[in-house]
Amino acid sequence: FAAKTKLTSIIRYYSMPEQSQAIMIYTGWERHALVGGDVRLSCSFFSWRWTSEEVTFSWTYRPDGARDSISIFHYTGGVAYVDNKGPFRDRLEFVGNPGRRDGSILIKNLDYNDNVGRPSSVRLLVFEKVPIQAGVITGAIIGVVLGLLVLIVVIYYLMRFLVARRVFSLSVSKHGKKKKEGSQQRQGPVPAADPSKVKAAASEKKKQESRKDKK
Amino acid sequence: MLLLLLGIILLHVAGLVLLFVSTIVSVWTTGETTTSDLWLNCTAAIDGYHCNPATSGEWIQAVQAVMILSIIFSCLSLFLFFCQLFTLQKGGRFFLTGTFQILASLFVMSGAIIYTVMSPQWVPGSDNFGYSYILAWVAFPLALISGLIYVILRKRE
Repeated sequence: FAAKTKLTSIIRYYSMPEQSQAIMIYTGWERHALVGGDVRLSCSFFSWRWTSEEVTFSWTYRPDGARDSISIFHYTGGVAYVDNKGPFRDRLEFVGNPGRRDGSILIKNLDYNDNVGRPSSVRLLVFEKVPIQAGVITGAIIGVVLGLLVLIVVIYYLMRFLVARRVFSLSVSKHGKKKKEGSQQRQGPVPAADPSKVKAAASEKKKQESRKDKK
Repeated sequence: MLLLLLGIILLHVAGLVLLFVSTIVSVWTTGETTTSDLWLNCTAAIDGYHCNPATSGEWIQAVQAVMILSIIFSCLSLFLFFCQLFTLQKGGRFFLTGTFQILASLFVMSGAIIYTVMSPQWVPGSDNFGYSYILAWVAFPLALISGLIYVILRKRE
């Protein structure tokens, strides 16, 4: 029994009343077994979105050279329907667990005649809403947080500038602004060079207080 | 004094490297034939690896964003540390550096928590958590301790 199932990942958007979307599926590839033995055809599907047991999937079988494919197993609405007319009647058993994303089936008592055909790819239909595009939420969260950061920095520098201007207008002497963080595009850190220590201590205290308030 | 400085920087850089590895390599869950990351879901096929991007799902995108933000904040805090090292007054504390580093650790923690809570809905139950997931959890206390050290540290000389 050489069952060569294609490894397919199908994304298909249907325009149905309930918008459905197939989710990624992974099936086993070639399987070898002895005549009279069993073979398990595994199929696990993957989805970032939460899926329930109400998925619908089916295993279809299309022999070599045949045009039609027949459904040998169907699972819908929490109930498994095993085919009882096709070539695998009475030999098929559902051993998967859709709640755990496993849709495997077991074919027992293999015959040499099973070698003739091969099951086709698995198609999976899940009824969900249309998902959000990749990266939209990622970019949104990153942008919002960085934007908030930039906003806080701008507000801080603005307040410092306003306070310095008010202090500056009161006093007569000029002094270079002492920078505590050089994280903006200024020329790099400038060492403290203010002549009046009182003013430096006062502005230092104000900066520490404003920073503590922000936390 | 220099030894202390080197130790602190080493701790910070170690946390940063862990964050990078955890986000980029991101082998967050592994199974027999599948690995599921923050960015790709890969499975081993007969002709190599088939990888699919994480095109949908709000929570996984939130985890991606939070991990990237933690890297950004940790890098910013390292940069700020060097800036504050040269501009801080004697006796001053590295508040800003510590704040950014603690924020980075909080981001990693929330990313790991979101992934832990949501992963039973994303991957089959038989899969185990991969090493990138563990690295993320290790990076969280490292960054937290590093941030706390910055907040407590006082500049001498």
